[in-house]
Amino acid sequence: MTPMVDLFSLLLTFFMLTTSFRPQEAAPIETPSSVSEKQAPDNDIMTIYIAKDGKVFFNIDNGKDTSTHFREKLLQKMGEQYKLTYTPKELDKFSKMAGFGMPIKNVKDWINAADPKDRDKLQVGIPMDSIDNQLAWWVRMARLTNLSAEVAIKGDAETDYTAVKKIMDLLQENKVNKFNLVTNLQKDEVSLKDMPK
Amino acid sequence: MGEIIVEEKGKKGGKRKAKKHSTRIDMTPMVDLMCLLITFFMLTTAFSKPKVMVITMPEKTDNPDDKNRPEIPKNRTLNILLTEGHKVYYYIGIADPKKPAEMPQLVKTDFSKDGIRKLLLIKNKDLFTKIAEYRDKRITGKTVVADTTADSAIKQMKKDDKHGPIVLIKADENAKYKDMVDIIDEMAICNIGSYAVVDPTPTELEMLKNAPK
Repeated sequence: MTPMVDLFSLLLTFFMLTTSFRPQEAAPIETPSSVSEKQAPDNDIMTIYIAKDGKVFFNIDNGKDTSTHFREKLLQKMGEQYKLTYTPKELDKFSKMAGFGMPIKNVKDWINAADPKDRDKLQVGIPMDSIDNQLAWWVRMARLTNLSAEVAIKGDAETDYTAVKKIMDLLQENKVNKFNLVTNLQKDEVSLKDMPK
Repeated sequence: MGEIIVEEKGKKGGKRKAKKHSTRIDMTPMVDLMCLLITFFMLTTAFSKPKVMVITMPEKTDNPDDKNRPEIPKNRTLNILLTEGHKVYYYIGIADPKKPAEMPQLVKTDFSKDGIRKLLLIKNKDLFTKIAEYRDKRITGKTVVADTTADSAIKQMKKDDKHGPIVLIKADENAKYKDMVDIIDEMAICNIGSYAVVDPTPTELEMLKNAPK
């Protein structure tokens, strides 16, 4: 028994010290692989998730400095845009939550949902139709809130290219021309020897 | 779960012995808890941080006849068309509907090593060799420079390149996101100096319809 306990303690300590929690995601997304070794930045990044079925989710971080509260400010700005008000408690709760994807009018319900199942049910994707393009407003407001935010696109490998293209066009309309495509690392190198004769 | 140790109290007529305590403690609950915690941490840990591939798109201009638009030499243009079923087609030059006699033919290829990569390597031989030699020199220690210096040197080589292909990547509506990432990745592997993701023209979509299956 003792050696087992020893081993367990060791493993437990290792995991506790090295852990960095996997962020919760609204939908399971299997990213395509590439050779890029550039790491995704931790801060100042807004991520647009594109699920297999074309649903779109959005996430932004609070910024490097804890005093910036980018998420709170963003929700407040969106509230002003859509004539919705949020209590300070709701804003605070929102700033601690992860990615989301629902029409703006349901964000309040999502924040206040008591049951995680109810919360997941609300995640239906951000509407992007031409009359009321809410994703564009999220991007615009996020850019105004955090001026140095970069944009990452995390799409599922099997998503239709048109769905991704739509997002890229939307971003370009908002003067974002540089994207970070989130990928898995898969080494694949070509050296001089592989050069076809 | 816990064991109940019933203390025997004063047996009839027996001598009251000093109770011997066992030096062993029951570790089972602790081990249970540890198992639980280890499982929890193992499942929630994200070991590898996600990697990103940076792509800069050409800025959208409202005016298609803009004088500042870069002129692309015809023989350097390599058009890659992506369509359904992870299929790749390519043609060299410009498909101009006004000149049907000079219409280039689509060639079918794939994402394998002998497919599009071979073509890109042959087309980009000079630049690729140059960059690969530079990298080799760094690995073997012949030149010692910082990573950032090397990156900017490679960037400069790509910029100065005057013979390599200019790749235009065009995906139709049946292509998958994976195809797009794969082909951009292929550009990085083959050290292509200049490439861009653009929309296919109606002529090209027509060509895709009649393309060899």
